[in-house]
Amino acid sequence: MTSSEGKQDGKELIAFRVGRQEFCIDVMLVREIRGWTEVTALPRVPAYVKGVMNLRGAVLPIIDLGIRLGMPGAEPTARHVIIVVQLEQRQVGILVDAVSDILTVSDTLIQPVPDVTSTLVKSFVKGLLAVEGRMVSLIEVESLLPAAELEPA
Amino acid sequence: MEDPMAAIRVTFFQECDEQLAELENGLLAMQDGTAEAETVNAVFRAVHSMKGGAGIFALDALVRFAHVFETALDKVRSGMLAASPPVVAVFLRAADLLADLVRAARDGLPADETRIAEMTQELSRAGGAGDTNEPAHAPRGEAEASEPGKPLLQIWHIRFTPHAELYAKANEAAVLLRELRQLGQARVTLDSSRLPDLPDIDPEGAYLSWEIELESARTEKEIRDIFEFVEEDCELEIITSSQGFAPGEVITGDNGFKFEFFGPPEEAADHGGEEREAETEPEQHGPAARPPSAIPDVSPPLPPPPPAAPAPSPLSAAGKSERAGVTIRVELDRVDRMVDLMGELVINEAMLTQNIVESGLAHSSKLAMTLESLETLTREIQDSVMAIRAQPVRSVFQRMPRLVREVAAMTGKQVRLVTEGEATEVDKTVIERISDPLTHMIRNAIDHGLESPEARLAAGKPPEGTVRLTALHRSGRIVLEVEDDGAGIDRARVRQKAVEKGLIDPAAQLSDEETDNLIFLPGFSTAAAVSDISGRGVGMDVVRQSVQALGGRISIASRPGRGSTFTLSLPLTLAVMDGMVVSTHGHTLIIPLSAIVETLKPRAEDVFPLDAESNLLASRGCYVPMVDTASCLGYGVSPAAPEDCVALLVEGEGGGRTVLLVDAIHGQRQVVIKSLEANYRAVPGIAAATVMGDGQVALIVDVDAAIRVAGAASASRTAAPKIMELQERAA
Repeated sequence: MTSSEGKQDGKELIAFRVGRQEFCIDVMLVREIRGWTEVTALPRVPAYVKGVMNLRGAVLPIIDLGIRLGMPGAEPTARHVIIVVQLEQRQVGILVDAVSDILTVSDTLIQPVPDVTSTLVKSFVKGLLAVEGRMVSLIEVESLLPAAELEPA
Repeated sequence: MEDPMAAIRVTFFQECDEQLAELENGLLAMQDGTAEAETVNAVFRAVHSMKGGAGIFALDALVRFAHVFETALDKVRSGMLAASPPVVAVFLRAADLLADLVRAARDGLPADETRIAEMTQELSRAGGAGDTNEPAHAPRGEAEASEPGKPLLQIWHIRFTPHAELYAKANEAAVLLRELRQLGQARVTLDSSRLPDLPDIDPEGAYLSWEIELESARTEKEIRDIFEFVEEDCELEIITSSQGFAPGEVITGDNGFKFEFFGPPEEAADHGGEEREAETEPEQHGPAARPPSAIPDVSPPLPPPPPAAPAPSPLSAAGKSERAGVTIRVELDRVDRMVDLMGELVINEAMLTQNIVESGLAHSSKLAMTLESLETLTREIQDSVMAIRAQPVRSVFQRMPRLVREVAAMTGKQVRLVTEGEATEVDKTVIERISDPLTHMIRNAIDHGLESPEARLAAGKPPEGTVRLTALHRSGRIVLEVEDDGAGIDRARVRQKAVEKGLIDPAAQLSDEETDNLIFLPGFSTAAAVSDISGRGVGMDVVRQSVQALGGRISIASRPGRGSTFTLSLPLTLAVMDGMVVSTHGHTLIIPLSAIVETLKPRAEDVFPLDAESNLLASRGCYVPMVDTASCLGYGVSPAAPEDCVALLVEGEGGGRTVLLVDAIHGQRQVVIKSLEANYRAVPGIAAATVMGDGQVALIVDVDAAIRVAGAASASRTAAPKIMELQERAA
């Protein structure tokens, strides 16, 4: 939509909004984007795991990105969006407010995260992008899931 | 499709891979000494089939070597060559070469003639002298070969009277007679004088005996070797005389049965009938399906002309496919796809039912009736699909004897393994995953369960311990039991260990059963010294974890001084189950039907508070702990008053009972099990998930987890929290 030059060496990112912030992930990870539907809550899970939903017969866990990033969670409505991403063998749904943009950028445009930021953000954000005066944070999707920290001992 | 032969060729190489695997397994079994009577036949068949197939594609080198190999194997099969370790080792190397030849043929590479020559030599050496110059393409019909030119021809009179046990052990008189015939010219007479009248016949009895006049240069030992495996199960007399007889002479038994020399032995009361189709082939050529262990001077070795080779092969292949006509080979992916679709069908059927019910159509309407038959059909389809994937547990059980031998050797204990119920069928996915827990349980039974021979003698037991492995179906689950007749669990020591390791409070009051099951707690290892076999960090808690991940349970029952029994129970399939749909605090949950004993509406006068948090329900004279389902699963809700709820009396694998309180029951339904782990991870207290008729995901409750919570809450208040916490971690 916005920047179209340098398609050859650049990668495509999908940008979305959570609260007042904008984030993006590699578009190659995205399997589909769908509207919010009611999920089934799971007991004994972190607050950012909203629950599970039926994705054509598979049980898909839904992560509330806002809560995961330490922001207050909002009650999702039909206008909220679930981005289904593929992480190796697993599929996970990420709940965001809305999809905002498709960006094509080259790696050189991605700036490192300054040292001042909190450790929480630092563990999820792997770079920053300046797009038409907006700041878009590139998210490392792999670190969103609780799997790593809760792998059975 | 350019070339139809290309597709057949692909199939041939696929089959070769299977045959090679079977060949290797069989040979390994022979090497381990776990071979059964059928193993050598299977090994032989594998090589033979490959030879046949290779003939069609004119894979000359492969045919040639397969034939040499087959001939050597046939000697073992006929008992002329003992499958001693060095012989089997040669066979294994030959199998490797065969695999390489198959690969070379598939990739269109030239065969390694040097290796073929070497291995042919080696096989000949292993097979003993005399048959070394096996013709590459032995035509059929050498079976009758004798050695007319050779001196020392003797007439042997053999009387062979099989006992019933011979047949019971799946031996076949016809095969023995046929083998005998290969030693020289033979005249077989049936003695059916002991055959009773039809009403008196025991169908499994043995009434026939045969008298054989054999003209052969072989020694008595060689003749006896044919009967080596049946010697104990028959009467065998072998005497020699110098009288000869005319070949081809037809004699008539005293009851009119005819026997011709080179024809197939047609036993009147043939017990197996297995080899029948082979026997119906042209008489003079003997059984077509087996290559003769021939004597070279009768039929001169032919050059290996590819067009000639196929001649016997399609025939035997056709015979084989007829026998195997009841099975087809299907890629597992296709079956899995079918299982998935079946799951979708079940969900869709549920959706349809729900929609129709919601639309308010009367139950007597035609629509409802059609729906009902759809439901029946769906269930039947589902059963059929699951049956495709069902396999006997034999494949897993077969690995255990070797394990037992190894562990017995390592521990210096004497162990006898008894297996029962090998034919019990269970879904393929379950089979694949029971091997590890079973291995662990058996190791544990030998290492920890059984005593040393000296200790057993001192305790008045036979020095040899018995480990019994049993599989059976029980109420929709497969139950595997590993039972040993050892010392049983030393409860005092287990308790002491648990206290030492801080797993339980020293003051905790535990029942015997609870004490026994402490061994499943993480961090518990009974082995005083860490041995090589068990106690290397992977304890019973890991076994329990992997079993629980499958929706199964494991428990132990012990009788001091008399042994212990591990019981492992698993769902028959990991795809579908029957469940009760309930709702509690706004959550829809599925309770496995197999766990539910009864459902009831608790009356206020039957509810007795135990303390501020827990209540007991008086049910049929017993006090059963009650738990609020949602709060015990950890939904973070405050428990509802028992009187306002519906109670489900559930029973866990260990026999413990608990009442689960729910708001309402919505009915019974077959649910398709969907893994939570596939995209997320296991959730404590939740066995799996499913998709409901409205498309929503519902969670399936792990009843045992709920019982543990309830049991821990109502049992000793001091000990419970710790156990509970640990068990949750394990779950």
